Order: sequence, then structure tokens, then C-alpha cells
Amino acid sequence: MFNDKTAKFILLAGLVLCVGGALAPNWIVNQFMFGFARALAILGLMVLWRTGLVSFGHAFYFGLGAYAVAILDIELGVTDVFLRLVAGAVVAGTAGFLIGFIMRNYRDIFFAMLNTAISMVLFGIVVKTESLGSTDGFAISMSTILGFAPETKYPLFVIITLIGLTSALLVNFYLKTTVGKLTTAIRDNEIRVEYLGFSVAHAIHLKYTISTILAGGAGALMAMSLGQVDPESMINWTVSGELVFVTILSGPGNVIAPFIGSLVFEVLRTYAFELAPQAWQLIMGATFLTIIFFVPGGIWSLLEKLGGKKNAK
Amino acid sequence: MQNNTPILEVRDLLKTFGAVVAAKDINVDISKGEVVGIIGANGAGKTCFVNMVTGYLAPTEGSIKFEGKELIGLETRKITHAGISRSFQVSQVFHSMTVSENLMIALAIANNKGAEALSLMDTPELRRQLDGVLDRYKLGDHKDSTVSALAQGVRKLLDIAMAVVSKPRILLLDEPTSGISVEEKFDFMDIVMGALKEDGVTVLFVEHDMEIVARYVNRVLAFYQGEIIADMPPKKALADKKVQEFVIGKEHHKKKK
Repeated sequence: MFNDKTAKFILLAGLVLCVGGALAPNWIVNQFMFGFARALAILGLMVLWRTGLVSFGHAFYFGLGAYAVAILDIELGVTDVFLRLVAGAVVAGTAGFLIGFIMRNYRDIFFAMLNTAISMVLFGIVVKTESLGSTDGFAISMSTILGFAPETKYPLFVIITLIGLTSALLVNFYLKTTVGKLTTAIRDNEIRVEYLGFSVAHAIHLKYTISTILAGGAGALMAMSLGQVDPESMINWTVSGELVFVTILSGPGNVIAPFIGSLVFEVLRTYAFELAPQAWQLIMGATFLTIIFFVPGGIWSLLEKLGGKKNAK
Repeated sequence: MQNNTPILEVRDLLKTFGAVVAAKDINVDISKGEVVGIIGANGAGKTCFVNMVTGYLAPTEGSIKFEGKELIGLETRKITHAGISRSFQVSQVFHSMTVSENLMIALAIANNKGAEALSLMDTPELRRQLDGVLDRYKLGDHKDSTVSALAQGVRKLLDIAMAVVSKPRILLLDEPTSGISVEEKFDFMDIVMGALKEDGVTVLFVEHDMEIVARYVNRVLAFYQGEIIADMPPKKALADKKVQEFVIGKEHHKKKK
């Protein structure tokens, strides 16, 4: 699990980030928390993308994870960061597993839009339901860590970083297993996979469920980082679009890519908003176009090229 | 090598698409170790027969038993698990991957059943098996080449190699030499049939090239309009009047005379 370059880099990055976070100003710590929380969802979308599947509805699972945290907090007073995370991942993963029985039968635009449709149903229910906070959502109390209430955000940052990087390690391992290697194989030729004796439906179902567990975990971590949940920023279809945007920005080349892409997105959005509060979408759109036209493999492919040139020298 | 116990028993097979009858009254027993050539004009029902045996098409009526077990109703992958594999007229491989990666996936699926699919794919044992397959199918020179950049003949070899790594007892090849040049076809078939003979696989292959049929098979099934019109050894089949008229073509026969 730890004997390849990616795994070693992840371990080293974890160490550097945890030490660096203690010295960094609050706004940087915040950027990393939001970026790494989202990166979990991107990691799942990356697994689907490698299989040739794009979901425009994963905000459904992201939102389920976030709302699980809020409801546990309000109804049962659960504030422990690990319980909240597990709850978010389990709720979203259970929903993903059940919905996966339908999704595994669809491909291409039907897969993408069916996910959107399901997320819009949840959005509609939440917006119209007073007990779910309607359009205002809920404020969430500060997370505790095994009974200890931290005074700064640093401990939560460390936990999010470690959870994010552990997930990256697990996905990195998964992609090297037989079923993990079937991502590109399924994208290339489903008929051959079936005739080799493996069920494409089962493989897709597993990948879909993994992606929903990760999206739920991401939603839970984001809710804890922000201290609030609301349908507009957690479940709406624009959030799903944002997740796909970051997936393309990151590139599918490596499990580290979602973390870099998500951080870049976070910084880009912050500065775009500061520079042009009324037209920040213009900057984001232009960036998206640039990526699609000039770097279709995402930031990771750019880093690979740069790394390759350096090695060549 | 060959024994008379039928490994595959096909009874009263019928396949219709609306009013079109693609296959009817197909009754055939295949014995272990046989090499059977399936011949017929385009649309005669050859590929339809292969598709029904391998679960790609569900027959309208009839029975297909493999080693006494009914195959009808089984999913394609269950038929592969039972011991029947196939290759395709247009090779079905993973185009964006290398030859080695294609074979590694095929080997990994064949070796890692159930929960084992969640274990690491690239193991020394699998690498050893990969070297063996590359060697037997003469694919070593292409092992690091991406499939999309390879010639049709190499893709076909890869397609067949991928189909046999699960160690099937029956292999169905759909037009193995289509798209392969006249100069290469015998070399290609020598590699394939040599490797399959080593494994003791029963082979059924659809073929239009009568030279290939005459050289490699020990039994011919000739199809015409969805029915088997001849089931006999190759020499006899190729001299049979009905085969000459409906499969090879009268004109062709006259020219040869």
C-alpha cells in the first residue's frame, strides 16, 4: 500500500501539511480545509470518470452527508468529528448503494442526467420542508474531537487533511486491484469485460457506491468546516456542476490530483470574487475553457509534463 | 485427444427476429477435442449460432447443454465461468491499453474470483503467467504497444489470447482470419491452433476461407438459411454438392474445375 511513489508522496505531503498548518495564517488553513473536504468528492468522481461515467448529480450525496451532520447535531447533539464524518459517509453510501441498482444500468448522458434528476428531487424536498431548514438551512455547532473542544480550526484542519490523504491512499490501492483496474477497461470495452467473466454492472455499482461514500464524507467535512448547511450551497445542481468542474480541472491521472485541483479552485474562486464580485463566474468560465482547450488532462497532466521535462534535462 | 462424449449438445435450436428466421432445427453434438469449422454464406446463421452458444443472443426455442448443464438463460459471464470462451469478428480488446495490460486484466479476472478481485492485480505470479501467454501467442514484441496502434492481425491474436487465459474447455472463434492478409493467415492460424492444441481446447470457428477450413478442422458444419445442411469431415464437406451450391457457390466450383 505504501510502496509506490504516489503513496510515499501522500505520506510526505501529510506530514508537511500538518506541520505547515500550525504555522499558517487562518485564511490559508480555511482554504485548505474547504479544498481538501471537496477533494474527497472529486476523488470519487475521478474513479467514475476513469470508467467513462460523469455524474452531474453528486451534490445529492454531498448534501446528504452535510445534512446528516446537521440533523445529528440538532436532534441528538452529536458533535464528535469522527461520528459526524462516519454518519455522513454511511448515509450517503447507503443511498448510493440503493440508487446504484438503477444507475449501473445507464451510461453516458442518461447516467449524468439521472443523477441530476435525483439531486433536484432532494433539493426540492429540502427547500420546501421547514423541519429540514428550508432555504435557510441550519447552523452547526463546533465539532469536538473525542470529547475535546478545540479553540482554533487547526485540529479540524489536521483531521480533514489526514482523512483526505488516507482516502487518497485507499483509492490509490483500490485502483491497483483487479476490480480497480477495470475502470479504463470498462470505458474501453464492456463486452470484453463481460466475456472475460466479470460483471460490468457489479463493477460499476461498486465504483458508484465508493464515489457516494466519498461525496458524503466530503459533505460532512464541508459542513463541519463551514459551520452551516443550506440547500443552495450543498445540494443544488450548481454544486454538482462545480464538482465536475473541479474534476476536469484536476485531471484523472492520479489520486493526488483532486487535492491540488480542489485547492486551485478554492484559491481561484476566492481571488476571482475579490477581483470581480459581479463577474467572478466570467473568470471561472474562462479558466474552464482554457483547461478544456489547452490542458484536457487537467492540472495533473500539466505537472506530469513539467516533471517529464525536468527529468529529461 | 478427441473422444466421443459430447461436451456440447445443441437440440432443436430456433432463433427468430420477428418474421425472420435466423436459425432453425439446429441439432448438433460436439465432442471433446474436436476442431469444428462453421461455414456458410453471409447471413446463413453462423454468427447467430456462436452468439446463442455464448449467451449473447437468447434462442427462441431449444436447448444448449455444456457438459450436461443447460446454458440457456445464463448470462455471458456465467457461460465464461462454465468453461466456454469466444473471440470476435471485430476484435474486442481494450484499445487505450497496452497488450500487457490487456492480458494482465484477462489473467487477473480469470485468477481472482469474488472477493479476490479486491486484491492487488500486479503480482509476480500473474507476471509469470503473462510471460507465458506472450510467448505462446508470439505477442512479446508488442507487449508495451498500445492496442490502438497495432495491426489487425496482432489485435486478433490478442483477442484470442485474452479469451483463452481463463482455460476454457470450448473456444468459439468468429472469423479469426478476417482482416488478415493472405500471406499471414497460415502463420496466424499456426500460432493459434498450436497454442490451443497444447491446451486441449475444443474449438469451433466460423470461417469463410476454405483453405483454412481444409487445413485446420476435422469436422465441418455448413449453414444455409439458418439450418445445418452438412455435418461431415472437411474433405467430404467441401466436395458435397449442397455445400458447393449454397456455401462455396457453384460458379466458384466450376472455375476450379
